[in-house]
Amino acid sequence: MALPGLLYFLIYKYVPLMGVVIAFQKYKPVQGFLRSDWVGLDNFRRIFDTPEIEKYFINTAIISCYQIVFAFTVPIVIAIMLNEIRSAAFKKIAQTLLYLPHFLSWVVVAGIFYLLFQSDGQINHLLVSWGLHPINILSNKDNFRAMLVLQVIWKESGWGTIIYLAALTGIPPELYEAAKMDGAGRLRQIYHITLPGIRSTILILFILRLGSVLDVGFEQIYLMLNASVSDVGEVLDTYVYRMGVVNGDFSFTTAVGLLKGLVGMMLIVTANRLARAFGERGVY
Amino acid sequence: MNTSKKSSYFFYSANMLLLAMLALLCVLPIVNVVAMSVASLQDIVSGKFILWPKHLDFKAYSYIFNTGVFFSSLKNTVWITAVGTFVNLAVTTLLAYVCSRQRFSGRRMILFMVLFTMLFSGGMIPTYLVVKATGLMNSLWALVVPSAVSAFNMLVMREFFESIHESIIESATIDGCNDLGVFFRIVLPLSVPSLATFTLFYAVGNWNQYFAAILYLNDSSLWPLQILLRQVVLIGQSDIYSHLDSGEVIPLPVSTQMATVVLASAPIVVLYPFLQRYFVQGLTLGAVKG
Repeated sequence: MALPGLLYFLIYKYVPLMGVVIAFQKYKPVQGFLRSDWVGLDNFRRIFDTPEIEKYFINTAIISCYQIVFAFTVPIVIAIMLNEIRSAAFKKIAQTLLYLPHFLSWVVVAGIFYLLFQSDGQINHLLVSWGLHPINILSNKDNFRAMLVLQVIWKESGWGTIIYLAALTGIPPELYEAAKMDGAGRLRQIYHITLPGIRSTILILFILRLGSVLDVGFEQIYLMLNASVSDVGEVLDTYVYRMGVVNGDFSFTTAVGLLKGLVGMMLIVTANRLARAFGERGVY
Repeated sequence: MNTSKKSSYFFYSANMLLLAMLALLCVLPIVNVVAMSVASLQDIVSGKFILWPKHLDFKAYSYIFNTGVFFSSLKNTVWITAVGTFVNLAVTTLLAYVCSRQRFSGRRMILFMVLFTMLFSGGMIPTYLVVKATGLMNSLWALVVPSAVSAFNMLVMREFFESIHESIIESATIDGCNDLGVFFRIVLPLSVPSLATFTLFYAVGNWNQYFAAILYLNDSSLWPLQILLRQVVLIGQSDIYSHLDSGEVIPLPVSTQMATVVLASAPIVVLYPFLQRYFVQGLTLGAVKG
């Protein structure tokens, strides 16, 4: 019964995993990875000799930091806000609307942003009619990264609240009652009861998020990237796609991907160790 | 006492107002795109509406519907969604069931195998080469087979199957049911709510797939809707629709762009409010324990 599933994982997950050996080869498609020449660490040396890669690595790291600081925290704030709402009907409608963008594809989201913010789009029409200057955020180096993070916040923040809302229902209401008796206001209750109540959930999601620190949303960035912002917007994944799939430099890009995966795994393991050292449960 | 009541009232209203604004921010852009897609030429040129145009005009839609390229990509997307979701469900439920039952030996190993792929994967290029080697290039199956199981969905589904009590399964076995019989006659009927959730998750994922199509499909007759949308809006190739033979007035590119966005997301946006309950259940199912 498990055969189809097992075959799937073996062929499409574990064969590629073994396929990373081509990172140590000079892979030629006609020879396959059994007969291609071994080159040791040459491909990895090339990574450190390519100045472009350093730039793309920095872009990836910066975008990722923005995302962790902003896109990771917004759902926590919204979840706490939703938790404070007492009208069930209002809460339900707000949730419905907030979750909606999650179900749109990245092409649709990128399309909507593009159409709204293009030079003669709605936003600029409005700005001009209010006597303000039109803005250009689609092909502007200065705010390209900010726009990427804004898109992620718009698309995923609402959906990201679900897991926190589930954790919030686990906080015993007596705690709030007791705090109220002691004279704590809403904000104090949030700080002393709500936040500690979801701390372990936040930590687990944070550790998992660290593991994908170098995956900054390939689908999204690939769609939004254009020539005028490639200096600040090209990331490791888009580079791997461009050099590997488009240019056919398979061995070199596999090496880049492997290095990226190793960094992610190291971060998860380290963060998990730290979490356990501080007495939390951790992911595993 | 009175001041604290006043301040909590203020806090409550401010919170509600802020949330309402955030919720509106989530839908306004979508409403605006729908409005633009049905706006008349003069409304678009004046650009002075946000929510709804004064004059409606469905030319962009009739223009798009008259082209073969729209229907061929719609057909591809429907095929991918239908076949893909079926394959996803079949393979995921079977694997999850095996992993959920104590009596199957080797379930621990399978579980570890699946979990490990969530931590570390071969990456884009080796996967691409394997898909190529298995002969899926330039076939719609390339959007189905390489993404047959989501490890995360499999693990959540296993958790659900584990909650089905062993005694039910034992009694069916005593009555002469074999493993497949138990699975189809007992386990699946008991899991309809969770199956509905995963059907929806997978179906949305399949409808929205575009990157696999960019990687594996070269032939434009195989394009799904999402790729057509990317060409029309982001690459600005709105003449993809042009049909020379008809004497129709060609709508503004921006109208056809907006209309394409609407068409590529319509089924999801229309069905979503009805299905929301299931979506939410599915994600929290077994996600938070104790």
